[in-house]
Amino acid sequence: MQPEARGAAVPVSVEVAGEAVTQAHHQEWARVVAALARRFGDLDIAEEAAAEAFATAVQRWPADGVPPNPGAWLTTTAQRKAIDRIRRENKLVGKQKEAQLLYDDDPPEPVGAIEDERLRLIFTCCHPALALETRVALTLRMVAGLTTPEIARAFLVQETTVGQRITRAKAKIKAARIPYRVPSAEDLPARVSGVLAVLFLVFNEGYLATSSGSDPVRHDLTAETIRLTRLIRALMPQDGEVAGLLALMLLTEARRAARVSASGELVTLGEQDRGAWDAALIAEGHRLVRERLAARVAPGRYQILAAISAVHTSARDVRDTDWSQVVALYDQLVRLDPSPIIALNRAIAVAELDGPEVALAAVDRLEYRLAGYHAYQATRADLLRRLGRSQESRAAYDKAIELAGNTAETAALTRRRDQLG
Amino acid sequence: MQYLVSVIHDSADLATPDEMAAIDVFNDRLQAEGHWVFAGGLAAPSSATVIDSRGEEAIFTDGPFLESKEYLVGFWVMEAPDLDVALKLADEGSKACNRKLEVRPFL
Repeated sequence: MQPEARGAAVPVSVEVAGEAVTQAHHQEWARVVAALARRFGDLDIAEEAAAEAFATAVQRWPADGVPPNPGAWLTTTAQRKAIDRIRRENKLVGKQKEAQLLYDDDPPEPVGAIEDERLRLIFTCCHPALALETRVALTLRMVAGLTTPEIARAFLVQETTVGQRITRAKAKIKAARIPYRVPSAEDLPARVSGVLAVLFLVFNEGYLATSSGSDPVRHDLTAETIRLTRLIRALMPQDGEVAGLLALMLLTEARRAARVSASGELVTLGEQDRGAWDAALIAEGHRLVRERLAARVAPGRYQILAAISAVHTSARDVRDTDWSQVVALYDQLVRLDPSPIIALNRAIAVAELDGPEVALAAVDRLEYRLAGYHAYQATRADLLRRLGRSQESRAAYDKAIELAGNTAETAALTRRRDQLG
Repeated sequence: MQYLVSVIHDSADLATPDEMAAIDVFNDRLQAEGHWVFAGGLAAPSSATVIDSRGEEAIFTDGPFLESKEYLVGFWVMEAPDLDVALKLADEGSKACNRKLEVRPFL
């Protein structure tokens, strides 16, 4: 049966079809790639065929109508594309594989199995035999469906570098036979930290999308990483860092509705309407943080970040924030993770506790490593503004606007700059 | 699937008796579990000869093709279903011979 024959063929406008393809891309990309990777045992084929299937959807859906089950349509179409490619490249070996390829109208997978498929895909993309930056790039491409330019922008690297990393990784997975499966129980603890690092980076990309062409907050990415983190927590309920990361994501996601204003500007934590925060997500996040405190085990970085988030979300008004507690938690974090980004965030809290001048001195020490990072320039601009150093503040806002890819952030920065006296 | 597991070290000194005993135990296990294909230790890189016969005349060069601080001192060829199994075996092998290993798949 032709996949496009399944639904009623009701032509729709190019805009409606385009919107449906975008939505399907957000919701179905990982499922399509995972299903194909499982079936063909080749990430390269899976990714290329998935991309072709989405391109076909862009062509067909305006005339044929949006299929009733876009995910199934895309998976079936992608499977046909993959089989075409394999036949074209004459990669068939043995009758068994030929037979497997001929029976391609699989019934849709049950939901549980599909979730497992995506976990499999994640553990493969986050394999310890791949360098961390490669794992991140691969997961963003394969699981989150980001394009190479989006990944490059998110991690301040060249597009060609990202492209090469992904190509090399796919080749290594195939040549070295990195298995496509969730690790066994005994290997799980060692494997999970690499996965958490990647999920955290993907979540951050979703929470502050770096592409100027996409929504400022990519709810699909944040929702997807929360869902995947929940799956991993179900696998390892005793792991403190899994609980910590989940709590951190929930407490961050809880503030989403208050994060972008009606006029499309990014709203800082201090200026957000706290009544718009999601009370249920906050309660769940706080429960997890309390659970980890009760465990009395030295916390890792995600648990500390979650605790910082819990301090913020416990304050009904920004003026009630326990800043000394926030700075103390950042001090604990700096000892675990000496990254300049953590030092930058600590300085932001220090500004509330000890004033902008002390904070600016700390921020300026990071220039060598963070000058190309928009948040560094935005933080400096804000501190200089509070110190009445308008001219320097303006210059820093200019740099921040130039570096920021997020549309809502650019809007907020531009307004702040234009309000300078 | 076969993997070349190279033993990398900064001296060609023979394994100590303790290391040798541990390697024997490890090799017995590889054989018992069907991972063993072949293994061997190598003489010092200075004993190598490079030959290039792509031109009209063969050119011999005394010494290894690459001078480096660390070099290949021995290897296993192992049979393993995937990289996870190969890496686990290599983890034990590295402990047994007390040297760094590199795992590389055959085509």
